[in-house]
Amino acid sequence: MTGPLLQIEDLTVHFHTEEGIVEAVDGIQLLVQSGEVMGVVGESGSGKSVTALAILRLIREPGRIIQGTIQFAGRNLLGLSEEEMRTLRGSHISMIFQSPRTSLNPVLSVGWQIERLIRLHKKEHTEKARDQAIQMLRQVGIPAPERIYHEFPHQLSGGMCQRIMIAMALVTNPKLLIADEPTTGLDVSIAAQILDLLKEMGQRTGAAILLITHDLGVVAGYCDRVAVMHAGQVVESASVKKLFQNPLHPYTLKLIHSIPRVDVDTVMETIPGTVPGLIHPPPGCRFAGRCQVAREVCRKIKPQVQSINGDHQVACHHIGHW
Amino acid sequence: MVGQLVRKEDWRIRLKHLQIMLRRLRRNSLSFGALIVILGIILMALFAPLIAPYDPNATDANQAMLSVSRQHLMGTDIFGRDILSRVIHGARVDLLVALVATIIALAISSFLGSLSGYSGGWLDHLVMRIIDTVMSFPSFILAMGITAALGNKLINVVMAIAITHIPIYTRLIRGEMLHIREMEYAEAAQTVGNPRSRIIFYHLLPNCFPPVIVQATLAMGWAILTVAGLSFIGLGIQPPASEWGYMTAEGATYIVSGEWWIFLFPGLAIMITVFSFNMVGDALRDILDPRMRGIQ
Repeated sequence: MTGPLLQIEDLTVHFHTEEGIVEAVDGIQLLVQSGEVMGVVGESGSGKSVTALAILRLIREPGRIIQGTIQFAGRNLLGLSEEEMRTLRGSHISMIFQSPRTSLNPVLSVGWQIERLIRLHKKEHTEKARDQAIQMLRQVGIPAPERIYHEFPHQLSGGMCQRIMIAMALVTNPKLLIADEPTTGLDVSIAAQILDLLKEMGQRTGAAILLITHDLGVVAGYCDRVAVMHAGQVVESASVKKLFQNPLHPYTLKLIHSIPRVDVDTVMETIPGTVPGLIHPPPGCRFAGRCQVAREVCRKIKPQVQSINGDHQVACHHIGHW
Repeated sequence: MVGQLVRKEDWRIRLKHLQIMLRRLRRNSLSFGALIVILGIILMALFAPLIAPYDPNATDANQAMLSVSRQHLMGTDIFGRDILSRVIHGARVDLLVALVATIIALAISSFLGSLSGYSGGWLDHLVMRIIDTVMSFPSFILAMGITAALGNKLINVVMAIAITHIPIYTRLIRGEMLHIREMEYAEAAQTVGNPRSRIIFYHLLPNCFPPVIVQATLAMGWAILTVAGLSFIGLGIQPPASEWGYMTAEGATYIVSGEWWIFLFPGLAIMITVFSFNMVGDALRDILDPRMRGIQ
């Protein structure tokens, strides 16, 4: 093993809008090891999707990566030329999106889309690419792939479309698969099937998965490690077990307590307030405004990331004092 | 081997889609009739020499200015040429010019419109200002100017019509592209590493086409009107070629003296053809535009 597959250091992404500079991602660190499932969890607007797009270097105007490094398999992605980056996308790093039906091109049949992708990256000729595409469709559990091959996205259900997205993402054997809330808009049982499939396919192909979600339940069920994001910062990251047993950041604790439970008779807690505006965010801890244990120091000084017990990182001024 | 099997299915599925389209079209009987008329005119143009009873250019001084009769169903003109034969042959010129002009305009506009819509920025500004400049001329006057300046050869008529139609399609495709580039599948196409040109022309451009097909069908009608109009004022197709507009112009002189058949039949041919294209265009809009679906 020669170091992590993906190592993000000090990544900062700003959006230059007319109202001011939106500090969408603020100096985050993230680590993904080969073959693992890494969860990224946080509320809407916490910078999860922006981070995902930054890895692929697809941040669009007015967004800009201000600083940081993204090491992928030993190479800094931010230093590559656009052409080098393009050949990496889809072949080494793949991505699947929130809404599978609108992420597939409506005028091309689904099989054709997979086939073109194979031909784009592997330079296979048509017959062979077709065989591969059909084989992949079968692997992700599409019944009668020869027939589905010719169907268009609007003829298929959301779950089917997401299976096809997964097939498309993994057909080139990427090392990293970014799944941006892959189960949004799917009903619960289909969502579970899709997540099972993702995990299984990840293990089968050896791809690491960066699973972006707002659902800690999903993290508990499917991830090896997890990073908690809040207002553009990673506030805590650890193995799933450690995070649930011993949450060190008040935000993480609140998130865990806000998971609805039917087995214990407790009132579900909510987290007061919303993610602070990211134009001129508060100078100190960005969670201070919502934190019940915040003190003077929290509002003034930004907490640094500290390592506790090796692989448990947290950014809080008074770990364990609350 | 699975690949071959799949390919065999391809054309069968395409055929099924076509059948569904036709079935939808058939619900609107007027438009379906118009489609039949257009097909009829196209067949007429293709097989003109077989269908026409006489040589369209054969003059006969003894047969000049004959009214409608059994020998000459649409009468004869001042040179004794059979008008029916000339109307049949005229379909060739008018349809061909309109079709070629539309194809040229579509090809150029697809390129310009999708590129400027997707890229935005200075390129978009540049293309749009050029288009605005072309659009600031009344289109028929512009077509007249081009043919007058370049000389009235067939190719120049085609170019004139193509140029006057480019702004329509370019604006339409650009507008569609502005909308489509924000779609998630546009982003998805980027994340799998497609080159930019492939994203624009292969993945996104076909998504712009439904409204373009409608526009092109309607514009075919205008194109035919423009050919006929240019020829009518002597700037289009030159005699002795049979062309509806020019024939109408020839006949116009004789309306007062009572030889109504000379202008009437070519004029009717223009009218019926343009009307049919418009009807089919409207029907296509109903079929292809999902927002209009269900409104009957």
